[in-house]
Amino acid sequence: MRHSWTLTKVRMRLALRNRAFLFFSLVFPLVFLFLFLGLFTRGNVSAVPYMLASVLALTIMGSFWGLSMQLVTFREQGILRRFRIAPVGAGAMLASSIASNYLLTLPTVFIEFTLARHLFHMREWGNLWGVFILVTLGIITFASLGLIVASVTNTAQETQVINQLLWSAFLFLSGATLPLPMLPGWIQSFALFMPATYLVVGLERVLIAHVGAYAIRAELLSLAVCAAIAFAVSQQLFRWEPESKVPRSAKLWAASAIIPFVLLGIWETSYGHVRSTATTDFMSTVQQAAPRTRGRLRMMPESDAPPSTAPPDADSSDAPK
Amino acid sequence: MTVPIIDVHNLTKSYGAVQALRGVSFSVDEGEVFGLLGPNGAGKTSTVEILEGLRPPDGGLVSVCGLDPQTSGNAFKQEIGAVLQSTALPDKIRVNEALTMFASFYTRHRETDGLLKRFGLEEKRNAFYSQLSGGQKQRLALAMSLVNEPRVLFLDEPTAGLDPQVRREIYDIIEELKHEKKTILLTTHYIEEAERLCDRVAIVDQGRVIAYGTPRDLKQRAAGTSRIELRLARPEPEEALRGLEGVADCRATDGLYLMHSTRVPQTIVSLVKYLEAQGNELAGLEIAAPSLEDVFLELTGRRLRD
Ligand SMILES: Nc1ncnc2c1ncn2[C@@H]1O[C@H](COP(=O)(O)OP(=O)(O)O)[C@@H](O)[C@H]1O
Ligand SMILES: [Mg+2]
Repeated sequence: MRHSWTLTKVRMRLALRNRAFLFFSLVFPLVFLFLFLGLFTRGNVSAVPYMLASVLALTIMGSFWGLSMQLVTFREQGILRRFRIAPVGAGAMLASSIASNYLLTLPTVFIEFTLARHLFHMREWGNLWGVFILVTLGIITFASLGLIVASVTNTAQETQVINQLLWSAFLFLSGATLPLPMLPGWIQSFALFMPATYLVVGLERVLIAHVGAYAIRAELLSLAVCAAIAFAVSQQLFRWEPESKVPRSAKLWAASAIIPFVLLGIWETSYGHVRSTATTDFMSTVQQAAPRTRGRLRMMPESDAPPSTAPPDADSSDAPK
Repeated sequence: MTVPIIDVHNLTKSYGAVQALRGVSFSVDEGEVFGLLGPNGAGKTSTVEILEGLRPPDGGLVSVCGLDPQTSGNAFKQEIGAVLQSTALPDKIRVNEALTMFASFYTRHRETDGLLKRFGLEEKRNAFYSQLSGGQKQRLALAMSLVNEPRVLFLDEPTAGLDPQVRREIYDIIEELKHEKKTILLTTHYIEEAERLCDRVAIVDQGRVIAYGTPRDLKQRAAGTSRIELRLARPEPEEALRGLEGVADCRATDGLYLMHSTRVPQTIVSLVKYLEAQGNELAGLEIAAPSLEDVFLELTGRRLRD
């Protein structure tokens, strides 16, 4: 525990001295905030919480990139093996990745929240306790997923490529950038298997419907179980040496981290309410909107259709493994 | 009879088809500076990193401070300090941060200010690692290896790639540690380093220990051969000189002929006769007592460095 904390402090300092990191973890999310809340809401205050949910989700999902890259670079450059001589375990090293991500992301979330309320005149705070729990679990889960990628790739370059692929999936197949109800039906079915979806929908719930943590327990539980599996697997697969290669079974182990979301996805597909609540939250935002905005936003939701009970289409077999 | 603090018995290690260690055995006593001397690729780093617990051996017995490096985990790591063959730290870590961080990992640790002072890094305490010179980086690596007052210190080629002046600085530091009776296992391919610093030396070549003892004993073992260095007015073929009486081998580099002879007087007589016959002359002659280099040469027929 003590070693994790020491490592956390040092790694945070190193991250803060890294311009690229600062840009992606602070400047970039704020640009998104101004874009979404400033431009897309078109001065319509009631759309602010909805947009804020997206911006927060993007910020939280950013921890996925975060310090897993730092860890891979450390391994590649032979920095990790110096730590290996000292009494430092893989667990402490991994825990410090998550903790430093959390502590570095939290201020950004706080700034976004404050700006939304005071600069963009969001009417209410939402269920703050719910927001806090979801943000915390979200960061931990996405940072753990980053660690999984770090554990099955050999070079920083490889990590970048895999991260890009998964990141695009998180962004475009989940409702994080476009509202879920506006997406084509097959993407909606697929999105039910993505951790990102539950993060976004959960945030919409606590920010718009003001529900508490209990109401989003399924989302929270899946995030927590996913994080626990991802952490355990990356500890198992941890490599200190630049030349040690990924064992063949590793990719299977890594894929096991998404089990909770496969289960949740199957359940949601059959009995779920996520798509309907997402639509409700979306519609309530749209209906409160000023007429000119309403016209724009109404264009797309073609999915007033009941949630599909069919198994996800063939496309979903492309699920990231 | 003291129990050795490092005991290595019949150690083997392969990387795929490469047999890096083919049964290495030696032991190191407490308070001793022990050297592994050998050319590149001899298996020094493999040996040392197995002893540090960084690599698993394929076979053989290893004990350090009475513990098995592979299975003793943190209890073992508390006892050792190491300078790796190449130390890497994050570019943007400050000298002081690195030292304090590593100190905090150990239950028993030294005060870091004292170490910074001792290793001449006081003015650099707030510098980034990337801003240090090669010598400063190596001194930091040494300071880091001492933060836990280790019972055993491993130094893998601590002066390789450093310029002569910096190398002497590092020698001074190691000699100081030697006076403090620190147990040190040092690897090197520099003869001077082994002769100057080590109480005992194991000469390794191609994954085997080929000679083992104090530098003086080893040299006496090679006492039969002396080194003759000569310069000639005109060049002569190496083979011709090699054919002279008592000559074990001969090599020419930049006009300097280096010969080893088992019977110096006879060699000199036949050399002079030969040169007379060729109408050539001696431009310089030196006969030297054997060094560890000569021991290596006698045992392997090759030079340590080429
Ligand atoms: N990680 C490795 N993978 C493959 N071969 C290696 C590895 N490390 C060392 N070797 C090989 O093992 C032999 C001994 O290397 P090493 O222990 O580094 O010797 P030294 O330190 O004396 O130069 C060399 O032939 C080297 O190429
Ligand atoms: Mg080496």
